[in-house]
Amino acid sequence: MAYHKFDTVIVGAGGAGLMAAIQMAGKANIAVVSKLYPPRSHTGAAQGGISAALGNVEEDHWQWHMFDTVKGGDYLTDQNAAEVLTRDAIDAVLELEHMGLPFNRTPDGRIDQRRFGGHTRNFGEGPVKRACYAADRTGHMILQTLYQQGIKHNVNFLNEFHVLDLLFSDDGRACGVVALELRTGEIHTIHAKSVLWATGGFGRVFSVTSNAMAGTGDGFAIPFRRGVPLMDMEFYQFHPTGIYKFGILLSEAARGEGGILLNGEGEAFAARYAPTLKDLAPRDMVSRFIYQEIKEGRGVNGKDYVYLDVSHLPDEVIDAKLPDITDFARTYLGIEPKREPMPIQPTAHYAMGGLPTDLNGRVLSNAAGDTFPGLYSAGENACVSVHGANRLGTNSLVDLVVFGRRAGRDMLDYVKHADLPPLPSDPDFYARAQVSDLLSRSKGERVADLRRELQVMMMDKASVVRTAESLTAASNEIRHLRDRYARVGIDDHGTTFNTDLTEALEFGAMLECAETLVTGALAREESRGAHFRDDFQARDDANWLKHTVLKKTSGGLELTKRDVSITEFQPKERKY
Amino acid sequence: MEYTFRIKRYDPDVDVKPYFKEYRVDLEETDRVLDGLNAIKWDQDGSLTYRRSCAHGVCGSDAVRINGRNYLACKTLMKEFGKKITIEPLIGFTVVKDLVVDMEPFFDAYKSIKPYLIASEAPAGEERRQTPEQLERFENATKCILCAACTSSCPITWTNESFIGPAAIVNAGRFIYDSRDEGAAERLRVLNMKSGVWRCRTVFNCTEACPRDIEVTNIIEDVKRTLLLEQV
Repeated sequence: MAYHKFDTVIVGAGGAGLMAAIQMAGKANIAVVSKLYPPRSHTGAAQGGISAALGNVEEDHWQWHMFDTVKGGDYLTDQNAAEVLTRDAIDAVLELEHMGLPFNRTPDGRIDQRRFGGHTRNFGEGPVKRACYAADRTGHMILQTLYQQGIKHNVNFLNEFHVLDLLFSDDGRACGVVALELRTGEIHTIHAKSVLWATGGFGRVFSVTSNAMAGTGDGFAIPFRRGVPLMDMEFYQFHPTGIYKFGILLSEAARGEGGILLNGEGEAFAARYAPTLKDLAPRDMVSRFIYQEIKEGRGVNGKDYVYLDVSHLPDEVIDAKLPDITDFARTYLGIEPKREPMPIQPTAHYAMGGLPTDLNGRVLSNAAGDTFPGLYSAGENACVSVHGANRLGTNSLVDLVVFGRRAGRDMLDYVKHADLPPLPSDPDFYARAQVSDLLSRSKGERVADLRRELQVMMMDKASVVRTAESLTAASNEIRHLRDRYARVGIDDHGTTFNTDLTEALEFGAMLECAETLVTGALAREESRGAHFRDDFQARDDANWLKHTVLKKTSGGLELTKRDVSITEFQPKERKY
Repeated sequence: MEYTFRIKRYDPDVDVKPYFKEYRVDLEETDRVLDGLNAIKWDQDGSLTYRRSCAHGVCGSDAVRINGRNYLACKTLMKEFGKKITIEPLIGFTVVKDLVVDMEPFFDAYKSIKPYLIASEAPAGEERRQTPEQLERFENATKCILCAACTSSCPITWTNESFIGPAAIVNAGRFIYDSRDEGAAERLRVLNMKSGVWRCRTVFNCTEACPRDIEVTNIIEDVKRTLLLEQV
């Protein structure tokens, strides 16, 4: 057992965690804990761009960006948060450039910008060039740049530490985490005045996903088990263009640069559904268009995929602006995208929901705006909510930079004044119990079998289209999987780098994420953004222009509703 | 189709020395090598240990040695090999367990070249200007995912522990040739030391091993030229 003391412990070393760390480095004693090495974080897989109304190539205003974010979120977006997101985006992108991020440039040397889904000029008139980008590896460059800044500022990284528990002092203040050091198997108690959760998403609960294998929702499940609420968990985004069967992301930038979707009859079908924005309609809609085409028998060769076609684009545009995704098509499909269309299907991509926070990343404990002192969250892990019921492309990168930065600054202020809360008695008891329980079990079902069942079931019953029937069945299956999970066995009982153990722990987190997603989806009897109920196809503002908040209680999950901030834009029908 | 995976195993808790273990796995030829490792771990032997995360060649976790050459297991399909493949940990690194190696010396070398922009105050309220041509000068190096496939493929690193290695040089080049950077002299001083670029024997293994198509050897040669000519 090891003990460490810091002002702040940051869980997760992706964009949000690193951005927060950079604000605090040198000014407070901090540690960044990651179950990976920081440059392996999933921020690095983001491709197309990061939006900011710089207006470098055509007229743009942050108010237009704010409107698009609100409308894209089907009016569930908190408008006070969308304002902060889109105003701060401009300065945040410039800060990234100043840190050295190699953005693509205009001929006169400014940051170049391109089109992206749902981003429009003058409140919906037509597409606008707003996404700043570094080829189709913008997330890679953000992650590298922020990690480099972390090195420059001597940030203390605890790499390959798997976090197991969140600690609260007896008076309800967050006071640290407990983590397993992979290399040694040692359990560490990391005592701190503030804790930031920035662990990314949980796409791995679905069988077809763009998410890394590390995306198992640890940062959702661990606080949730300790009584911290989760908000809007039913809103899970499916990105329209994942590589068929693999789920690997093919950026919306492909369509931003002029790529189109084709059905099995060779028709560019998006125009039929969204006459103005066509292929650049928001992701929730395009995923449903594809679902509908396949359902009506217009998939390619009667199968469950359609085509993304960029073959009509000039070769030099593909090489300069879409090199990575076209390389993916060559590697995984054996296809030359300059000549052939690419088979795609919607892929589980992004959690709009998460730990509810205020505008400074402080985790909210109730609708009145009270917080858990010392507890913070940012990035995909958090729900501010800037994405509402459906996130616009590029806004995840804006979110993690803007709100990672705000959380870091707020924590710096907080730790200056707060004292270190006392640890609860026997702080690592629960973490040690989890580990020793799993290590003691050699006979039983395999975790991988249960995981595959969960993933296939979630894809089938709780993905792009849902019904009360499918969700009730999903809920029952999750309960059943939970019972079986209590009896799994593992093969590896050693202490060194035991990934058999950590995969079993991760599956426990995935069950919490799946259960909260399904519970929220079953309760929400309307269709909004990424949440589509075949049995309640209309949006119902009278009853459901509300966030859903779930909390774990001794009597099961408790669901309450929370108001949406509406400052500028009254809800309207969402057409593109 | 049935494939045989011959994997080098070593668990310091129980093994005196490494050994090879064979597994038979049913896979399609369009499956990734990583899918094969997963199939073994998930269905046959949970103790098999390797790093992985993104599973599509962008996070750099799963560089391993396959049939004597370095690859990312997630960016290589089974059809590249025959029915029997041999997988070993990256060489030139200390093995932690099975295919997991100690990455700390690799990251220490990376840190030694100051891998961050060194520049005076930026203009307020706007970006630093850089033309597309100036970006092109160093853009290839920005693709690096720090997977260590290049460094581990370099025969110099196998015998000379102090050699900084190709990945660190590529990342130094990424800044040396960035028109916004003013830290070239500091980095070149590190690269001009005994452990620096002059250890390179231009074997080109690194370029062949790079899963991101970075022209590693060319960048190293660039740095050598810059040192000789004393100008960037």
